[in-house]
Amino acid sequence: MSTPALELSGLKKSFGKAEIIRGIDLSIGKAERHAIIGPNGAGKSTLFNLITARFPPTSGTVKLHGEDLTGLQPFQINRRGLSRSFQITNIFPAMTVFENVRCALLWAQGYKYSFWNLVSKSRSLTEGADAILEQINLLERRELPAGMLSYAEQRALEIGITIAGGADVIMLDEPTAGMSHSETDYITDLIMKVTAGKTLIMVEHDMGVVFGLADQISVLVYGEIIATGKPADVRADPKVQEAYLGAALEAEH
Amino acid sequence: MNDELTTDPSKPSQRMRAGSLHLTLTPWVVAAFLLIVLPFVFTNNSAITIMNQMWITVIFALAYNMLLGQGGMLSFGHAVYAGVGGFACMHIMNMSDFFASFPLPVLPLFGGLFGMGLAMIVGSFSTRSAGTVFAMISLGVGELIAACSVIIVAFFGGEEGISGDRTYAMPFFGNEFLQPIDVYYLTSFWVLLSAALMYLWSRTPVGRMANAVRDNPERAEFLGYSSRWVRFYSFVASGFFAGVAGGLFGINYEILTEENLNTASSGVILLVTFLGGVGFFFGPIIGAIVFTLLQTVLSLQTELWAFYVGALFLATVMFFPGGLAGVLMMHVPAIKMGKAGGLVVPYIKTLLPALIGILGLSALVEMTFHYRHAATGDNEMTLFWTTFDSHAILPWVIAGVITAVGLGIARVTAPALKEAWSEANSAGGKL
Repeated sequence: MSTPALELSGLKKSFGKAEIIRGIDLSIGKAERHAIIGPNGAGKSTLFNLITARFPPTSGTVKLHGEDLTGLQPFQINRRGLSRSFQITNIFPAMTVFENVRCALLWAQGYKYSFWNLVSKSRSLTEGADAILEQINLLERRELPAGMLSYAEQRALEIGITIAGGADVIMLDEPTAGMSHSETDYITDLIMKVTAGKTLIMVEHDMGVVFGLADQISVLVYGEIIATGKPADVRADPKVQEAYLGAALEAEH
Repeated sequence: MNDELTTDPSKPSQRMRAGSLHLTLTPWVVAAFLLIVLPFVFTNNSAITIMNQMWITVIFALAYNMLLGQGGMLSFGHAVYAGVGGFACMHIMNMSDFFASFPLPVLPLFGGLFGMGLAMIVGSFSTRSAGTVFAMISLGVGELIAACSVIIVAFFGGEEGISGDRTYAMPFFGNEFLQPIDVYYLTSFWVLLSAALMYLWSRTPVGRMANAVRDNPERAEFLGYSSRWVRFYSFVASGFFAGVAGGLFGINYEILTEENLNTASSGVILLVTFLGGVGFFFGPIIGAIVFTLLQTVLSLQTELWAFYVGALFLATVMFFPGGLAGVLMMHVPAIKMGKAGGLVVPYIKTLLPALIGILGLSALVEMTFHYRHAATGDNEMTLFWTTFDSHAILPWVIAGVITAVGLGIARVTAPALKEAWSEANSAGGKL
């Protein structure tokens, strides 16, 4: 069996006495689309933050392509091919849309801390950023400050920034939160398009999005994964229905 | 118009390149021309000395803005990098054998290297975070090094400072830099070079990421950049150009003292930069020019010049946080729409009375100062080319009336200006 893209073992996190993540073992294969669902407060975002080293775990390990990420900082993890978006839109609001994407390309294109290259002279940066803008349909908004975009456009931009660096593991934290139906459909298609061939891990509340996108689903309840499997199996799992899914599914149909 | 703005995705880079080159070169050519021509307009030595000081402040303020404006780092101790660079240059000046074979125009480079060296040491621990922690460390380090001036006397020269003589340098194409005008062109060369390099820096990957880290350090981290190292590189580069300014100060004044290091000097450069505007690259240049003019020209007119500078600074912070550059750039949309002409008359109607009112107010301030501080029996004072008795009632009444009427008219006409402003800045409509 090939090495999984992401492997969590015995991952735990406590804030003071409160144990938020209570021992998670999870293996996500390459090019898999994995959704993490669960009721509010289950620890989904915390799990994301542990994987990406926004917080250090209390115990347990995260492995990316078999490499232990313990002790690495977010920027080091990003350089190893893991990129994420945030639950609350996290972009550079004062910069133009184009600049946002270009900044996301700099490290990936090997510019590092260069002070001997001019960004505007680099054809690969300009064309690369424009290609991303075209993918996320924001080419017409290119010169606007990112903070002036509509909410859905900002979410699309954040997805663009997240995928721009060419990471092969993409983590999206509630990409459709707070969106209308048409916006949700648009973002779902966008995610489908830009993550083709990549490993996708996402937290999502909208069951339509989850069952539309994911080939594997994990259900997180009170800091533990109570079920992992194909959408149909998870949907049928009585434990899941009892804990969480039933209400949500009824609302859906 | 929209067709021009949207880019052709097939060849965007070429359009960008052509556009940006055209845009960026013109101001530099104009600046170079002005630098060359100004001494022919202002020929006397005191004007040239003032301009020298101005250009040195320009470099220092631009260097400071690499931190404050572009990197989001508020430093309360940036004078030490300029100061240490300047002291190092004074020591080079005093190594007579070495200095005799040393071309003077290269000296600021060494100032820069020493400023940079110190910035590397301090930056290695101070740039871990921005915000309050960075500000407090910069204040502490600034105080520490300023205090060293009386401890490490060999380097800082104690209370007398270190003095030297620039004319002992190897003649540079026959020039021994005896006259202020010689130093003027040396300083002008460095101000143009430094400003151009600092501008280009802001267009490099590390310069762009400095903005990114300023706005959102967390997002920058998740794009593969360590915000700490991005800050570190900005800090080191800023230290270099501050050191260049320090070296030029040494060449100009041939003496450096504790004053060049202390918190007061650090505060001045913060004030200069903020006054000019941190949001635009050219902001600190305006700040340095305006401040130096106030400091040199206004200080000849009144002892209270610092009071007026303080008031101007306060007004800027409260009403125009974008600084003087921000005030200028506010007008760009109106000019682009061709509606700026509609602002001229309302501006005159409001700003002229306001100016007269402020002059009246300053007359009251000056008279109060004279009344309290002049020697007893010396009741005569001269203000705005008028000599009068500061202990008589009439001058006070006149100044008071001028103040009240000037500010009163400005207040009455202000709503019309406001209306003209929103009219000039809204698309469509008449005109």
